[in-house]
Amino acid sequence: MNDAQEHGRNGPGLSRRQFLKGSGMVAATTALVGPAAPAAEADAKAPVALGPGPVKIQLTVNGKKMTTAVEPRVTLLDALRNYLDVTGCKRVCDRGTCGACTVLLDGKPIYACTMLALEARGHDIKTAEALAADGRLDAVAAAFVKYDAQQCGFCTPGFVVALRGALDKNPKASPAEIEEALAGNICRCGTYEQMRHAIAELCGKEGKGA
Amino acid sequence: MRNFTYYRPETVAQAVALLETKWGPTELLAGGTDLLDLQKEYVAQPERVVSLTGIRELSGIKVDASAITIGAGTKLAEIAEHPRLRDTVPALTTAAGEIGGPQIRNMGTLGGNLCQRNRCWYFRDEHVSCCLKGGNKCYALDGENQYHAIFTQGHKCVMVHPSTLAPALIALGATAQVQGPQGSRTIELAKFFQAPSSAGQREHVLAPNEVVLSVTIPLVGLQNASYEVRHKQSYDWPLVQAAVAFKLDAGRASDVRVVLGHVAPTPHIAAAAAKALEGKEVTEVTAAAAGKAATEGAKPLSQNGYKVKLVEVAVKRAILTAAHRKKYWEV
Repeated sequence: MNDAQEHGRNGPGLSRRQFLKGSGMVAATTALVGPAAPAAEADAKAPVALGPGPVKIQLTVNGKKMTTAVEPRVTLLDALRNYLDVTGCKRVCDRGTCGACTVLLDGKPIYACTMLALEARGHDIKTAEALAADGRLDAVAAAFVKYDAQQCGFCTPGFVVALRGALDKNPKASPAEIEEALAGNICRCGTYEQMRHAIAELCGKEGKGA
Repeated sequence: MRNFTYYRPETVAQAVALLETKWGPTELLAGGTDLLDLQKEYVAQPERVVSLTGIRELSGIKVDASAITIGAGTKLAEIAEHPRLRDTVPALTTAAGEIGGPQIRNMGTLGGNLCQRNRCWYFRDEHVSCCLKGGNKCYALDGENQYHAIFTQGHKCVMVHPSTLAPALIALGATAQVQGPQGSRTIELAKFFQAPSSAGQREHVLAPNEVVLSVTIPLVGLQNASYEVRHKQSYDWPLVQAAVAFKLDAGRASDVRVVLGHVAPTPHIAAAAAKALEGKEVTEVTAAAAGKAATEGAKPLSQNGYKVKLVEVAVKRAILTAAHRKKYWEV
């Protein structure tokens, strides 16, 4: 299911053209949206209904607070890529299977495609961009470059983020443990062997192999 | 996916108040690893989604001398890595640690694992109107059914129940606490699941306006283990899973429970296998005999006869793993 098909299914009330026009105006409409009032009036304690129209949200991405407005159905991945222009995380399977969209949520690797953007509010989100902050390449990304651990490179942001998360969790992880930590990522080019070399170096066992 | 209105209650009572008495228009969201997929495939098209992630009381693991209580919102990774749980209920921690990949385990929850929808490819295909989606037949019965049930007596739908925590929890004698509009109740995990046959039913017996609060496992000194036979070691569903638990006194097994996963529309309690091992010394021979007994009553479909042999193997290996607290090949 691609975006165009998805947006074409809004029913007779909203055409794709209208939708695209609307989504382009997100910035201009943020002032109009917000929690719906009726539920809040009925019971002060009842949770507020958000949506179905765009909801103003603030996400903490790579240490920066970013604000946008998204419909409840928008995933964290689409919010990052299409609304906030943080394009390090990639959309490949969009079904929580391939790992290209991996981001760190409070330090733990998760699939951004399988989480609603609304659910990511209040959490610390790190994407592949965080591994090159201030122009300095993180050791994980540097090892991937050194050992040519990518071919087409589309899966790479997911791999390096998942690997960074695994090393942060256990800096003394063995190459075997790192491989297990990368079980949720797939490389269709099959550059696993080069990744093993990068992992061996990162685990401090250069030359011994994984 | 179709758009919806989103709620994020802070208490279970608020969540229950938002639910309806029929399935479909309102869905509960926990880790999202099942619901979002179903929504993207237009299999689930809720108008309202109630997120449980704002309810603090739903997560956490509590261990005391007599029982373990795990909140329904507890992440699978937390269960898999908990040292006390690994020590006392390895059947559960092994099963939790083998679900999906690390990302899935960082997202998925205990409650979501128990209440997830099945993975039958006909059910998951929006263009197929099977009996669980308002149609009147099961397309797997005479279709592609290599991953489907081998214990299918009388079942209209022959999917396999997807939860791998369920067989482990049933073997361990766990109970679930659920809350609905009339208050909370306790359900034995062994009675938590049902084989659905229509769109009005789910894979469990909860009402549409009930929420799982927690699962409690009594600590009664059972040796236990879970073993999965898979195509791939990582990121894959098991072809067959066996979870076993028993008391071990001087090498002899008693109070034996054998529960199979991925062989029937519900976790399958293999009573004959338990009986075969009851009172016996645990050896490779008695474990294999129990494995053989576990296949009693199996009626494979056209493409899944291989699962019968896998049941034998999985039960044998799970029993040996439980008895020796080692991998079966190290025994």
